[in-house]
Formats: sequence, C-alpha cells, structure tokens
Amino acid sequence: MVSPTALATKMHVKDWSVWYGRIQALTSVSFEIQERDILGVIGPANSGKTSLLRSLNRMNDVDPTFRSAGQITLEGRDLYRELDSRQVRRRVGIVFALPLPLPLSIRDNVTYGPRLRGERNAARLEELTERSLRAASLWEEVKDRLDLTAMKLSGGQQQRLCIARTLAMDPEVILFDEPCSGLDPISTAKVEETMLQLKEHYAVVLVTNNTKQASRVSDRVAFFLMGELVELDRVDVIFTAPKDRRTEDYVTGRFG
Amino acid sequence: MRSPSWRRAVWTQRLALSSLFLATMVALVPAVVVIGLVLARGMPVFSWKFLTTMPTHGMRAGGIFPAVIGTLELVALTGIVALPVGVLAAIYLTEYARDHGLTRLVRLAIVNLAGVPSVVYGLFGLGLFVIFCRFGASLLAGALTLAIMILPVIITASEEALRSVPQSFREVSLSLGASRWQTVRYAVLPFAVPGIMTGTILGMSRAAGETAPILFTVAAFYLPRLPTSIFDQAMVLPYHLYVISTQIPNVPDVQRYGTAMVLLGLVLSLNIVAVVLRAHFRRKRQW
Amino acid sequence: MQGSSWHERVIEGLIHVCGIASIALVVLIFLFLLREGLALFKTVSLEAFLGGRHWYPISEPPRFGILPLILGSLWVTAGAIILSVPLGVGSAFFIAEIAKGWMKEVLKTGIELLAAIPSVVLGFVGIAILVPSVKQSFHLVTGLTALTGSITLALMAMPTIVTITEDVLTAVPRPYREAALALGATKWQTMYRVLLPAARSGIMAAIMLGIGRVIGETMAVMMVTGNATRIPHTLLQPVRTMTATIAAEMGETVRGSEHYAALFAIGMVLFLISFLVNVLADLFLNRKRV
Repeated sequence: MVSPTALATKMHVKDWSVWYGRIQALTSVSFEIQERDILGVIGPANSGKTSLLRSLNRMNDVDPTFRSAGQITLEGRDLYRELDSRQVRRRVGIVFALPLPLPLSIRDNVTYGPRLRGERNAARLEELTERSLRAASLWEEVKDRLDLTAMKLSGGQQQRLCIARTLAMDPEVILFDEPCSGLDPISTAKVEETMLQLKEHYAVVLVTNNTKQASRVSDRVAFFLMGELVELDRVDVIFTAPKDRRTEDYVTGRFG
Repeated sequence: MRSPSWRRAVWTQRLALSSLFLATMVALVPAVVVIGLVLARGMPVFSWKFLTTMPTHGMRAGGIFPAVIGTLELVALTGIVALPVGVLAAIYLTEYARDHGLTRLVRLAIVNLAGVPSVVYGLFGLGLFVIFCRFGASLLAGALTLAIMILPVIITASEEALRSVPQSFREVSLSLGASRWQTVRYAVLPFAVPGIMTGTILGMSRAAGETAPILFTVAAFYLPRLPTSIFDQAMVLPYHLYVISTQIPNVPDVQRYGTAMVLLGLVLSLNIVAVVLRAHFRRKRQW
Repeated sequence: MQGSSWHERVIEGLIHVCGIASIALVVLIFLFLLREGLALFKTVSLEAFLGGRHWYPISEPPRFGILPLILGSLWVTAGAIILSVPLGVGSAFFIAEIAKGWMKEVLKTGIELLAAIPSVVLGFVGIAILVPSVKQSFHLVTGLTALTGSITLALMAMPTIVTITEDVLTAVPRPYREAALALGATKWQTMYRVLLPAARSGIMAAIMLGIGRVIGETMAVMMVTGNATRIPHTLLQPVRTMTATIAAEMGETVRGSEHYAALFAIGMVLFLISFLVNVLADLFLNRKRV
C-alpha cells in the first residue's frame, strides 16, 4: 500500500460546507482527492455523501436553494470562483446510481458529450467510442450493435455504457455515486473490476452504502456522519483499527 | 339488514345514477346529431369537383375551392407563426423560469389570453395588424391574429410535453458538460416533439374553425382570384358558411350543408390526426 | 466552442422574450382596445354608454347605450349556464365515477368531439333545426330568441364544464371515497356528501370558465338570437349580445367614427369581463390546491 501523501493531489476540499435553504448538509469538510487512487466514501443515509459528490462537479448549481462556504480546488484552481461549471463537469465526470442511458443509440450515447463539445471528425469519434467502451469493459459485447438503442441493454450493460459515456469526455476525476445499487452481483463485479482498472489513469471517488464494496475497491476510505467527515485513512486502517469510535461502530455494523 | 332507510338509499341511488346517465346523454347526443345531420345532408353535394371548382351563381352553386385553399393557407401560416413562439415560451416556463412572481404572472397572462372572446381578438387584429402595422386585411393579419389566439393551446401542450421528459435526461446532459441550451436542444426537446406536434395540430384545428377573429382581418366575401401573397385577402370556409347561411337568400340547403361538412371534416380530421399521433407516440416511447 | 455561446445567447434571449410575450400580448390587447375605444368618451359619458337604454348607432343623433346589449348577453349567458351546469356537472360525475372502460373512453371522446365543433357550424345547425323547432314549440313569431341562443351556447359551454369538473373529481384523493364507502355509504351518497363538497371550488372555477366561454361567444349566438337591440323581457324574445353587435356592425362603420369607437369600447367591456372571470376562476382553482 502506498502512503497517501506520495500521490499527487488532484482536488483539494477545504472547510467545505453546504446548505440547501436552511438545512445544512455538510459541515466544514476537508480532504484531498489524489491521482491514481480510489477514495471510498461511506456513511449512513443523509450523511452528506451525495451533497459532497455533487459539490465536486458543481451539479449542486442546479438547485436554486444551494449555498456553500469554503473552497474546492481542481489542480489549484477554485472550482466555483475561477472555473466555469461546464469546464468543471468535463474534467470531473460522474456515474449515477441508476443506469441512465439516453434513449439514443449506443454510439450516440457515448459520443453525446464530445459532440456537444464540438468534436465533428467522424474518425476521431469512432476511435473515441471504441476506446471508451473498451475501458468500460463493454466493447466486446456491443461492438457489432453500436447503432442499436441503448435502452435494450441489460442493467449492468447500461451502467457500463454510462461509464463509457463519462470516459469519452476524458475527465481527470471520476465520481461514482452508488453505481451498483441497482445491479445484480455479476454486473456489480464487472463494474468494480472496471473501477480498479480506471485507477491506473484517473482519480476516483466512490460513494457507496456497501462497506464490503468499499473495502474491496478503495485505497483510502472516508467515513461521513451527519454532514461531518469523521475519519479518513487507508482502507486497512479504517476497517481494522479505526481511530474514532463512531467509525468503528459503523464498519462493524452496529448501525447504518 | 334490509332496513327501510337502506332500501330508500338504494332507490335514491338508482334514481340519482339514472339521472346522471340521462344528463350525460343529453349533453352528448347533440354532438352526434349535429355531426350526423351535417354529414347526411351534405353528402349529396360532396365530391372532388365540389372541392376544386369555383362558386357560381352568387355562391348558390358550384364549388368552394377558394374557401378551401384560403383556409388551408391561413391555417398553415398560423401554425408557422404560433409554433416557434409557443414552444420557446414553453421552454422558458419549464427550463428557465426562476422568479416565482414573474412566472405566476406569465401563467395568469396565458390563462387570460385563452379566455379573451374571439371577436375581441378580431378587434385587436384589426387595430394592430390591419391598421397600425398597415398590413391591411390580409392572410398575414389574419394568421398573426389567429396565432396569438391559439398560443395558449400550444404553450400548454408543449409545457406538458417538456415536463414529461424525465429529469434524469437533463442531469445526465449537464453532467457531461452541456450548457443549459444544449441540454434543452439535445436531451429534452427531441423527446418532447410528439406532444408539441399534437398540441400544434389541435391549435391549428381550432384556428381553422374560427370566424370572429378573421371577420375584419382577412375574410373576403368573394374574390375572383385566389390569393397570391400573404398580403392578399382570402376566402375562408367558416366565413363562407356564415355568409351563405345568413346573408344570401335562396342558397340550396345542400350547398350549405356541404360547406359545413367540409369545414367540420377538416376540423375533425385534424383532431383525429392529433389524437392518433399522441397514442402512437405514447406506445413507442422508450422510457 | 466558445463561438457557440454568442449563438446560444441569442437563442436564450429569444426564449426569455417569448416567455414573457404572453404578458406583453395581454397588455397590448388592452392598449389597442383602449386606443380606439377611448375616443368614444369624448362625446359620450360613461354612464350614457353603460346605462343607456338605446343602441341606435346610425340614427341622427346616434345613441350608444349598451344596456340592451349587456342584458342580452346576460340573459343568454344565464340561460346557457342554467342549462349546462347541472347537465355538465352531472355528466362529469357520471364519466368520472360511474363509467368504466370503453364506455368511459367513448364518452370522453364524445365530449372532445363536442368541443371541436366550430361555433359557426353549431350556429348553422341551430338556424336549420333549433330555430324552427323553438318557433313551433312556443308558438312564436320567430324562433330567433334568447332561448335558442342559450340552448346553443349551453352545448358550447358543456365541454368546458365537464372536463374541468372531471379533472377536479379525479384529483380528489381515493381515501375520501374509500372512507365513505367503508362507513356504509352508497356510491351516490359518497358522490353527493363527500365528492361534491370536496370538488366545490373546482366546480365554481368550471362555472366561471363556462361563463367566460359563453359570454365571449360570437358566431353561434349571432346566428340564432335575432339581433334585436331592445331590452329583453323574456327569454323568448330576440336579443342582441355585445359580441354579436361588434361582429355585425364593424363592417359598416367608418374608421375613426363614433360608431367605430363605440364598438371598440364594447370590446373593452368584454375584455374586462373575461379578465375578471379568469382571475376569479384562477383564484378558485388555486384555493382548491391548497
């Protein structure tokens, strides 16, 4: 296991707090997201995990009651004050909990983002499609039916398609929001395998309700409780010798 | 358990439900009667010739070709004007509107536009398009007037269509770096097209049947030639029917019923097309 | 990529413009009616206009009292509402609560069909069928009466009343019905004691909108009510409504004349009435949702 400080920091979260109207969802959270590292985020429902994720790619902007304090930087540049939300979302991609293909062909799903960004060259788009589908472990299964509608794929295939779609944007950070919650065990295994492969090139943040999944896949784990970051450490430390009593209670199943 | 009060209640119910059934019949049977009558009495004169030849003998005989063409042109022009404005307004309401006071005002305005009497639209069209804009009585003035009149229909239908597109499509699009407009254009609008089309066709069917708004803005009693530009007046079916049933004596009944039949047929066909399209797309929907 | 944001800003600007266009249009309609109609009040006072009992626009000197026209509209509207509300509400109850399956679909289609018939066609059939039968049934000189107008307009108001009442009824939550039935009420008792009160403000809104529809109707009423500009005393007399007056006389006026302005002034009155009716209906519908 590599010590956390040896990897380059991709994003830095400093004293980040979030409110929706009067309800506070996150309180003064601070941590780092590192390259070539999978950070698992665990915690019971309503602990702020999703708010955190949506802050990282500015999806919270869509909510008119959203307010924040603190700072998040991406390679040193402030996400909210220096960067444009579209730039952020292209560099920080997300895969949602339910498989959400658009009712378009498989190819059009994957190339949706790049085409909106202005990519017109058909050859480049084809190459991008293949590369992304391979990286998402879906190429072999769909390479002969790229024009078929994505809605006919199975749940697991659709989720890998969503991963390919996000990868096609060539992001630097990939966020996973409980990506296996709707999937069967075999598809879950495939998605987890894909995440481990993605670690080679991206910074990954995985929010999950499944502590076993977190222990299988993550390098570091952050435990959130009621909007607070309680503890963040290497995966082996969190699961065998957590420093905070609350962390221990959660990972041993005493609540949550 | 069969107490007298229970028996009374059962009899009251039977009476009441029968009355309700009767009420429904009284409300609906006239529709069937009207349609049936017009069809039955208009059929004898109905033919391709009726639709494609000019009227003769001071409207008492011959065909209704110019009125048919005029109506088709007017309705098409109305649709062309109303559709983009209506869709953009609906997009505003569903995707962009934030300030709640202003939005409420917009909705109130739409409801009001829907309630304005048709003859008041005629006056407005006269004042604004015919006189102030100097378009004169013309297809353009009539179409613009009718377009404003059917705007609420198109906005309401389009809004419903846009709202029926799952929110997740927008989220996915935004999360891939699309702008708000790109999201609307590529992840929402294409999937709302069926509902928008249905609403527009229904609006156009309404426009086809209206008389009062076009009385002073486009309708001509008799034109020797067909309109050649949008600045020309035109003969239209509803006005033609009105004139031959109230202003001209001794028009054979069959001519009148025939004209009514063509108008009714046009309006009902458009309605049927809209309903069929709606059902078809609902079945084909993938989400 | 950044170049597209110019093009995007134009489209988003257009969207905002179209968004508030409806407000602008309502204001515009009001202003244009005002522009042409206000000229009347240079020579005729508001009281003489609204309360004057004689509408003789082409006599010398002309009289522009619209009381007979207002009353004509009111009589015809009242008659239409009296006919259409019980029938319409009753039909809505039947369709929403009793009819099932294909019968329900057929009835709903029937209502849509009724709504689609253009008013000039209804007016035409009215002249052909209703007018002679009213004349015969009541032994009148002419069948062109307010009653004939009311019957025709009742048909036109019906779809509005039925669809809105039906919407309101389907919006009443199921637990209301189930609770009543569980307590031993019959279906009719449920409808009468539970659903009717629950749907009351929605039904009021439906009536308001029905009134608005009927008062604003022009062609059908013009064709069957006879166009006599006298104050009516019974429903069996010919009357003239405000809408019919505008439609019938506009073609004969000179632009800028008093008569012309008077017709626009009537348009103003109609506009204000429909505005009021719509605001009230909106209030009723929104109170219901709370």
